[in-house]
Amino acid sequence: MERIPILRTSEFLLVTIQVDMHDRLAMTLQEDLTDQIVRHHSRGVLIDISTLEVVDSFIGRMIGNIAAMSRVLDAETVVVGMRPAVAITLVELGLSLPGVRTALNVDKGMDLLRRSLHGTPNGGS
Amino acid sequence: MNAEELRAVRSSEDVVLVRQAVRALAVKLGFSLVEQTKIVTAASELARNTVDYGGGGFVRLQTLAAGPRVGLRLTFEDKGPGIENLELVMKDGYTSGGGLGLGLGGAKRLSNEFEIVSRPGEGTRVSITRWR
Repeated sequence: MERIPILRTSEFLLVTIQVDMHDRLAMTLQEDLTDQIVRHHSRGVLIDISTLEVVDSFIGRMIGNIAAMSRVLDAETVVVGMRPAVAITLVELGLSLPGVRTALNVDKGMDLLRRSLHGTPNGGS
Repeated sequence: MNAEELRAVRSSEDVVLVRQAVRALAVKLGFSLVEQTKIVTAASELARNTVDYGGGGFVRLQTLAAGPRVGLRLTFEDKGPGIENLELVMKDGYTSGGGLGLGLGGAKRLSNEFEIVSRPGEGTRVSITRWR
C-alpha cells in the first residue's frame, strides 16, 4: 500500500510530503504518525510541505488534526516550508490553521521544536 | 481559442487528476502562480464535493477567450441527492459530512465568478470561472 515515509531522529519524526496526496493517503499518514509518536516516544513532529503546490481544506484539516493529536500524545508539531501562493490561498479559502505552529524552513522548524522541548531564556508559550 | 475537455470525478484519485489537469491548463493560459494555486484549490474543493456528496460525476474544463481576456471555467456536475438549502451550504462552517464546511464558500472566494444550481433528488451543478 502506498505510504508517505516517516523518518525518525532520536527525538523527532520528520515527514516530507512530496506527492500530490489523495485523501486516503492523507488519512494513512495521520494514522501512521500517531502510531509512531507512541511507539518511539517522539516529542516532536516536523512536517515539510515545501513541495506541496496545493493545500485545500482536506489537507489543511489533516494538518490541523495531526497537530491536535500529537499535542494530546505529548508531542509538538511544526509545519515548515509553506509556499507563499499556498499561504495566500489558504487564508482566502478561510483556513488559517489555528493551533498549528509553523516555521519558514526545516532548520527553523527544528530550532522551534528544540526550544519548546528544552526551553530557552525566552521559552514558554 | 475556446476549448473544452470532460473528465470523470468519481474517486479521490480523480480529485488529484482534476487538480493536475486544472494546473496544466492554468499554466498554459499564463496564470500567475497565485492565480494557478487559487483555481486549483477551488477545483479540489469542488471535485471532492462531487465525489463525497454527489456520488461522483464529471467536470467540464473550458478555456475562454473574451476579447483580450483569457479565462478558465470549471463546471462540476453530479446526479446526487442535490442540495435542499443553498443558502445554508454556502455558509462557512456548515457541513453535512465530516468536512470543515469551507468547500463551497471557499471555492467562491477563490474564483471571479461562481454559479450553483441544485435540485433535490436531481443533482448539483457548480461552475467557477477565473480570469487571468
